[in-house]
Amino acid sequence: MSYRHMHLLGIEPLHPTEITTVLDLADRYAEENRRGITRRDALAGMTQINMFFENSTRTQASFEMAGKRLGADVMSMAMQASSIKKGETLIDTALTLNAMRPDILVVRHPQSGAVDLLAQKVNCVVLNAGDGRHEHPTQALLDALTIRRAKGRLHRLSIAICGDIAHSRVARSNIMLLGKMENRIRLIAPPTLMPSGVEEFGCEVFDDMEKGLEGADVVMMLRLQKERMDGGFIPSEREYYHRYGLDADKLGFAKPDAIVMHPGPMNRGVEIDGTIADDINRSVIQTQVEMGVAVRMAAMDLLARNLRAARGAAAAEAMA
Amino acid sequence: MTDTLFRNARLIDPEAGTETQGHLILRDGLIAEVVTQGEAPPDDGFDQIIDATGLCLAPGIVDIGVKVSEPGERHKESFRSAGRAAAAGGVTTIVTRPDTLPAIDTPEVLEFVARRAQSDSPVHVLPMAALTKGREGREMTEIGFLKDAGAIAFTDCDRVVTDTKIFSRALTYARSLDALVIAHVQDPGLSAGAAVTNGKFASLRGLPGVSPMAERMALDRDIALLEMTGARYHADQITTARALPALDRAKRNGLNITAGVSIHHLTLNELDVADYRTFFKLKPPLRAEDDRVAVGEAVASGLIDIICSMHTPQDEESKRLPYEEAASGAVGLETLLPAALRLFHSGVIDLPGLFRALSLNPAKRLGLSCGRLTAGAPADLVLFDPDAPFVLDRTTLKSKSRNTPFDGARMQGRVKGTWVSGVRVDEGAL
Repeated sequence: MSYRHMHLLGIEPLHPTEITTVLDLADRYAEENRRGITRRDALAGMTQINMFFENSTRTQASFEMAGKRLGADVMSMAMQASSIKKGETLIDTALTLNAMRPDILVVRHPQSGAVDLLAQKVNCVVLNAGDGRHEHPTQALLDALTIRRAKGRLHRLSIAICGDIAHSRVARSNIMLLGKMENRIRLIAPPTLMPSGVEEFGCEVFDDMEKGLEGADVVMMLRLQKERMDGGFIPSEREYYHRYGLDADKLGFAKPDAIVMHPGPMNRGVEIDGTIADDINRSVIQTQVEMGVAVRMAAMDLLARNLRAARGAAAAEAMA
Repeated sequence: MTDTLFRNARLIDPEAGTETQGHLILRDGLIAEVVTQGEAPPDDGFDQIIDATGLCLAPGIVDIGVKVSEPGERHKESFRSAGRAAAAGGVTTIVTRPDTLPAIDTPEVLEFVARRAQSDSPVHVLPMAALTKGREGREMTEIGFLKDAGAIAFTDCDRVVTDTKIFSRALTYARSLDALVIAHVQDPGLSAGAAVTNGKFASLRGLPGVSPMAERMALDRDIALLEMTGARYHADQITTARALPALDRAKRNGLNITAGVSIHHLTLNELDVADYRTFFKLKPPLRAEDDRVAVGEAVASGLIDIICSMHTPQDEESKRLPYEEAASGAVGLETLLPAALRLFHSGVIDLPGLFRALSLNPAKRLGLSCGRLTAGAPADLVLFDPDAPFVLDRTTLKSKSRNTPFDGARMQGRVKGTWVSGVRVDEGAL
């Protein structure tokens, strides 16, 4: 099977076989990373630019490491500090960078759809590292790989996604991906943090966490942003923890071998109890971080192959 | 003045609600005679004879709520370019919005605008003025002076006067002058920050949405204030099914209320936004298909009185941005009629019904004598082929701004000529 797209902008346009292709390759990279094979040349001679218009430490570091392990020249730009402060539009920034002829752009932006817009204006590979509330495809892929390795399969699982679903791009991409792979998805959130039209998503919807977790194979917790805790969406941090924070009692409603996931960074004592996050028998949070590098290596490798093929075809056409 | 004869036209008379085969004679800027029975008038004695076989002749469109970006942003649209666009689209009267830079909120600015319009536009231009100073919702404008200077109606455009006391006073004062107040119905609290309508599509795209209920809430509030003040009131755009029963009740209760809807909300829905296409970003945002169908039926039944283009020119820069940051609005003068004919071709409404909403009702609401196809009415006319197919190419638009959502769309129905006060004004005549 193959991966056909020029970019990785979201999970929505992907075919299930393309998802499997990425995961299979990522699995191989994960094994090699563990064996200490960290220098490869899949991206040798290629330039990767990380453009983060929104703060990130983990995702940016993960992409940087993935690029370096594949032999790319990696450059990270803190876009918040630079030209947008001077009033340059996103498209102008994109065109400027494009003129430097990079091969891979990794972009995070606070506006939904901004990465799609940027991808239309450049002629290199674009990976979406999170756009507004829209998608965060590599996170969903690394979650999928983590689940597949822990559960031995990525279908017919009961997966609970719990927390601030309305504002979460991680939730959107996961709902897409896990739905495409034919899992049973249960969304758990206070109604104020549930997206509109959620009843048409093809998921089960709960505002009671215990009911929602019943029989779940996977419990995926989401981060609650600080600015949502001040009474605008939920009454208070402590009431949220009481009703939706994952503790041992609530986890007891899931299957005995259910795994616990979190995209990080965690708010211990707000959405998740510290002891559960650290429980090596239940929590796969560290594995998620590890798989993040492998998945991003796989995604960039596949996209780079398509880019080389496209450039080769263009060159052949120019010759003819 | 010359005498013109239209021979063998399909005459669309929205007042009588009829479509009849016949001939029409123009003289001295007025419709002199409509011949639907008996012999055709002989050719001699006319300065101009137009063979209208197979074409429809209807009263010219009166478009309420056109943004001409003068003063302030002439690079987006001037009276000259808007007038040419109107002429190309069969619009014979444009009723302009005061949401310019600065806002049209003093008689002096209004007189400037009226003068510019007079000298530059080939079609009639009737300016509206702001209801409150600077459209800020704090103090009412000089409604009396502005009316004397020629303001046809008063509106703060897409800004809602949130303070009910100020709005009720403005309505009361306007009533004493028999001035028409036009309001945008959208609860500002619920709609703050929204870029699309709430629902599955909004959630999948990760865009902030507004509940369709925001429209009904604002309409309900305004209806209560109308009951209190008895003002003449027009809701600029009713775009959701949920607002319709409230509108119906208000009309039955005898309040002086009418409502409009933009052609975009009648012919497009929220899914047209697709992958963040900002030319489809409107205010209010495009709605669900159920709502689109419901407002179409409300136009056919007459509950919604007026169809407008809500012509809003935006330059490329303000649209080539991430969806939430991009400017709202679409141009519509030239596509209003072809798009409206979609409703006719899909059987929602007949041609006289369509021109009731495009020409007759807005003319009546503004106290104009045009919008009719009867002897003695002004010779503001549009001649069109309702069936001619074409694919819209936005680069051919006469507007300075080309932010149309219909670029590349298949349309059916073309304007063949536009007459204002008996004079042909579209490019075909030049």
